[in-house]
Amino acid sequence: MEKESNMENNIIEISELNKWYGDFHALKNINLNVKEGEIIVVCGPSGSGKSTLIRCINFLEKFQEGGILVDGIELTDDAQKIRNIRSEVSMVFQHFNLFPHLSIVDNLTLAPIWVHNETKDESREKALKLLDRVGIKDQAEKYPNQLSGGQQQRVAIARSLCTTPKIMLFDEPTSALDPEMISEVLDVMIELANEGITMVCVTHEMGFAKKVANRIIFMDDGQIVEENTPEEFFKNPESDRLKLFLNQILTH
Amino acid sequence: MAVNEQQSTRKPPISQIGAVLWLRTNLFSSWTNTVLTVFSLYLLYLLLPPLLDWMVFSANFNFGTINIFGLDIKFSETMADNKNCGREAACWPYIYEKMYMYIYGFYPREESWRPNIVFGLTALLFIVIRLVRNYKYKNKVILSMIVIYPIVSFILIAGGFGLLPIVETHQWGGLLLTLIIASVGIIISFPIGVLLALGRQSNLTIIRLFSTAFIEFIRAVPLITILFMASFVLPLFLESGNNFDKLLRALIGIALFQAAYFAEVVRGGLQAIPRGQYEAADAIGLSYLQKNALIILPQALKISIPNIVGSSISLFKDTTLVLIIGLMDMLAMVNMTSNDPYWLGRETEGFVFVTMVMWVFLYSMSRYSKKLEIRFNTENTN
Repeated sequence: MEKESNMENNIIEISELNKWYGDFHALKNINLNVKEGEIIVVCGPSGSGKSTLIRCINFLEKFQEGGILVDGIELTDDAQKIRNIRSEVSMVFQHFNLFPHLSIVDNLTLAPIWVHNETKDESREKALKLLDRVGIKDQAEKYPNQLSGGQQQRVAIARSLCTTPKIMLFDEPTSALDPEMISEVLDVMIELANEGITMVCVTHEMGFAKKVANRIIFMDDGQIVEENTPEEFFKNPESDRLKLFLNQILTH
Repeated sequence: MAVNEQQSTRKPPISQIGAVLWLRTNLFSSWTNTVLTVFSLYLLYLLLPPLLDWMVFSANFNFGTINIFGLDIKFSETMADNKNCGREAACWPYIYEKMYMYIYGFYPREESWRPNIVFGLTALLFIVIRLVRNYKYKNKVILSMIVIYPIVSFILIAGGFGLLPIVETHQWGGLLLTLIIASVGIIISFPIGVLLALGRQSNLTIIRLFSTAFIEFIRAVPLITILFMASFVLPLFLESGNNFDKLLRALIGIALFQAAYFAEVVRGGLQAIPRGQYEAADAIGLSYLQKNALIILPQALKISIPNIVGSSISLFKDTTLVLIIGLMDMLAMVNMTSNDPYWLGRETEGFVFVTMVMWVFLYSMSRYSKKLEIRFNTENTN
């Protein structure tokens, strides 16, 4: 299949990445390559730098050392380059971050109209298709705060798909949701994963990780401690820190 | 235990609704509340009857015959003069006689149809904006009106361009001048204020420092000082010197003053926008301009509506200060006409009238802001 052949190219290349918040060393010598179509799950205790890492990929966070190549474009301060990368890399946030003053469909069509110069009609058509796909087409004219958390997160996913990105970043997409709404969001994410889009997810949903991830990365204290296929990751954790983490997260 | 039968909904008990309940919960809920209610009623009893008596019941309404829209309405045989108007209560014929001055100042009488058309256009503007709310091209309609209205109004009031006789700005006065200063001041200063607010949060240090310095300097100086500066110091720097229009000088001063206040109000709104909104706007690839115009400002301004209107109301009231640099706004006209030797000792009527007119305008503004707030509220609609 085409998906297999694409797997040869690295779409994200992170090398020797270092980031500090003031004096705090948040990311230490991160090296990570992501191939096209790969699903990466990043997990780790809170404060381990996993969110910071994926926020560096679309330059929401600046870094001081090292380099990131996204689809062959080097991340620098150049505003135009950053915008180019951001139109290929979408992000789904923990707190959805929908625009509360715009209706659901306007939330979706904003980027296509203003960033990708699409017409109102074609972007609207695409938006409605995407909303249908995440199962909330009938809410299109409502405003974000009229929807439940799970629905809002599905809108957020649809919004980030609206620009047909090559890479999707998920920053703890289910952590702010009520338990009964988590599965509706995960279902959408699993469907996306099966379609071959490149995904980097920060999440603690280990069931999701087992099901779809090609690789799981465990971070602690700003470093990548362990990285492995899902089977090996859960069966044979090598480091003590990962063993402890898995113990805490899987047994309760 | 499982509940098998659904409970039917019913209305609240009769003792918990209606006027009696309202009285009991709002006016007589406790001993302190009851005392306060009784005390307030007593104050009203002391104040209201004499006031109404002065303004209405004992007041003089002998206007003679007035022509309103072609209809002759006869109040009395002849109009009252200062002697037979009575001293115990209001003499409204005085206001009637000076009404032209209160509204137009020294604007030539034969040209007064021009401000009248502008007043009419203003009313029309508000009505049209309301009517086109659901019209497909409403943005185009409103935008074109926002561009055309000030130009037409300016040509009508100032004249010139070979179309109408010129009326110099020193002839403008009264309510007309008050409204011009207030509206031009607010409209010019608002965009400047928004830019200053954004500037104060900018990543570019020079812009941030300039905005901060400007805002803090203006806010630390009273409006009267700024008016003096604009009126007497500004001409020193300009080639045209004292020929530079006095009203224009005052407008520049007021606009700069108000811009600083708007900037702080809008900054408050900007700071209330969660960081996630900025991040989401960045993440979908919007530019700085798009991010602020489409995402941040619409939300920040909506939050700021009450304060923006509050600040505008303050400015409207502050326009009365232009009196000190010799512009004859409504209050100045009242002051001046009270020196009329034929109508000595009638200041009170004038000031009561100005108070009422001011109240009508300012209360309408405050009501309008309440309406806007409700209309733009998409946040909590459930």
